[in-house]
Amino acid sequence: MRKGQYQFVTGFLLAPMALYLIFVIWPYLQTIGYSFTDWKGQSQTFGFVGLDNYAALLEDNVFLQAIWHNILFLVFIPVITILLALFFAFMLNAGGRGGAGGVTGIQGSGFYKIVYFFPQVLSLAILAVLFGAVYRSDQGGLLNGLLVKAGLVDAGRPVEWLNEPSLVLWCLLAVVVWHGVGFYLVLFSAAMQSIPKEIYEASLLDGAGRAQTFFRVTLPLLWESVQTSWVYLGITAMDLFVLVSTMTSGQFGGGPDHHSEVMATVLMRNFLYFGKSGYACAMGVVMLLLTLILSVVTLRATRRERIEF
Amino acid sequence: MSITAKESAATEPGSDGPRGDGPKSGRRTLRPGDRATEGITLNVFSHGFLALWAVLIVLPLLWLVLSSFKTDAQIGGSALSWPTNWTFDVFVRAWDKGIGDYFTNTVIVLAFSVPLTMLFGSMAAYVLARYEFPGNRFLYFFFVGGAMFPVFLALVPLYFMVERFGMLNTYQGLILVYIAYSMPFTVFFMHAFFRTLPTAVHEAAVIDGASHTRAFFQVMLPMAKPGLLSVGIFNALGQWNQYILPVVLMQPRDNSDPERYLLTQGLVQLQQQQGYASDLPVLFAGVTIAMIPMLVVYLSFQRQVQSGLTAGTLK
Repeated sequence: MRKGQYQFVTGFLLAPMALYLIFVIWPYLQTIGYSFTDWKGQSQTFGFVGLDNYAALLEDNVFLQAIWHNILFLVFIPVITILLALFFAFMLNAGGRGGAGGVTGIQGSGFYKIVYFFPQVLSLAILAVLFGAVYRSDQGGLLNGLLVKAGLVDAGRPVEWLNEPSLVLWCLLAVVVWHGVGFYLVLFSAAMQSIPKEIYEASLLDGAGRAQTFFRVTLPLLWESVQTSWVYLGITAMDLFVLVSTMTSGQFGGGPDHHSEVMATVLMRNFLYFGKSGYACAMGVVMLLLTLILSVVTLRATRRERIEF
Repeated sequence: MSITAKESAATEPGSDGPRGDGPKSGRRTLRPGDRATEGITLNVFSHGFLALWAVLIVLPLLWLVLSSFKTDAQIGGSALSWPTNWTFDVFVRAWDKGIGDYFTNTVIVLAFSVPLTMLFGSMAAYVLARYEFPGNRFLYFFFVGGAMFPVFLALVPLYFMVERFGMLNTYQGLILVYIAYSMPFTVFFMHAFFRTLPTAVHEAAVIDGASHTRAFFQVMLPMAKPGLLSVGIFNALGQWNQYILPVVLMQPRDNSDPERYLLTQGLVQLQQQQGYASDLPVLFAGVTIAMIPMLVVYLSFQRQVQSGLTAGTLK
């Protein structure tokens, strides 16, 4: 019996384990190893160069600019997405005050949830084509078309959304927010629904208005979800490869003139276009370290006493 | 302290009662009135805002779908022109121009990768959740920990690893990679699910002489159906929408190597070709075709999709 059990356990773990080791764990470890070499990718010969790649990264202005853009995204994406999602979730779950003292969602909340969540199931490639068309730099673009119609933009000089160095990051940010709000709304809704109704009723009886209920009751009880969302949105902000590489100009995106560059696009260009595999690996390691630091810092900085209910 | 307790105890039945809460006490008559006006302005504001966001979601999507019924000149002219070309020719053209192949490739890959992901993922999760052996905890964290790292970290060596197996630009290569990268979430979720299942049924099966393997396939796996459905939908959506892995792994090696692009990759390819041969209605029709399966899956499994996707973040 005992022996049969071990055989069974080994047998069941063998295939998943092998796949996971070969395609996930081993490449991760190799990346770290290759980042200390001058590997070019084509041949299997390479020399050990120590920390040269990392030193070069520090002087690579394109990469440094990319890190700066990632940091900007890291600040704005979570803040805007979470605020909007919290507001909507609160409105949909506790915004209605129709019944006698009851705490209910606003009318049609089910419908809103379905609509808001839908962008989440679309692939980023679809978003890229969709918003490529929305941001088109002539009147054929939805945004320019509407603005010209409203008389806010001169028809002769429409806004070049994705080619304007000062606008391109904000355009990308809007896409990420558009895509993400519904998801976090549903996440917060689920958490809000697990808050007992009596707590809301009690605060209502004590004379709390909607704002007070939100800040004094809902938010503290949701803190853990907000924290998790922050980490996940942070990880999103560190990536953004698909949107940037497909929506902006240049080989693997990043244009105009590196104004929308993020770490992932610089990495892919160095790997697939310049063939600098070792250097690209070093960038991968930097991305990993920054992601880890981000997760730890967020979880530490936002730590609060856990409220049981 | 005792006063508030008493007050709330006294008012509770009142607020439940049918419209009897108004003129009972002098202090309370004011409050509902105040709140009503506050409620009305807030309601207008919040309803307006909610509706606005709904429009912001629906409008671009609807506009894109409608645009596939426009002519190329109309699309270039004004965004607000109404479509006139009400035929489905453009969808046929998009299908023939590559979308059909991309669609088929994606379906072929997913037909194998999703069931195999679920099978391997639940096998590992089941063993880790239900059997005690040395190193169990370590293996669990080993599997789940992979979700922490960005896929970019592995990309460069992964490419050469798949190359060494001779599986670049092949279905089987991409299927295996998809399974491997879906492991962390699948194991994490199914592990939690198998823990919640009652042990009694399993014990009964073992007493009746079922082997461990048989108990798993005939007793435990059917009981785990709701979990399998949620995670399955999550994986199907995730793999359907995957972009970076096919871009790196599914490039034709040389001219004799056939193109086996997946849908996401193919759409972006179509978009980037627009500079040379302008046929935007075809691109928009392609996007519409790619959206339809998502829309159908989403609307028919709405609840599971939402719980499956959000469960991934509730760690």
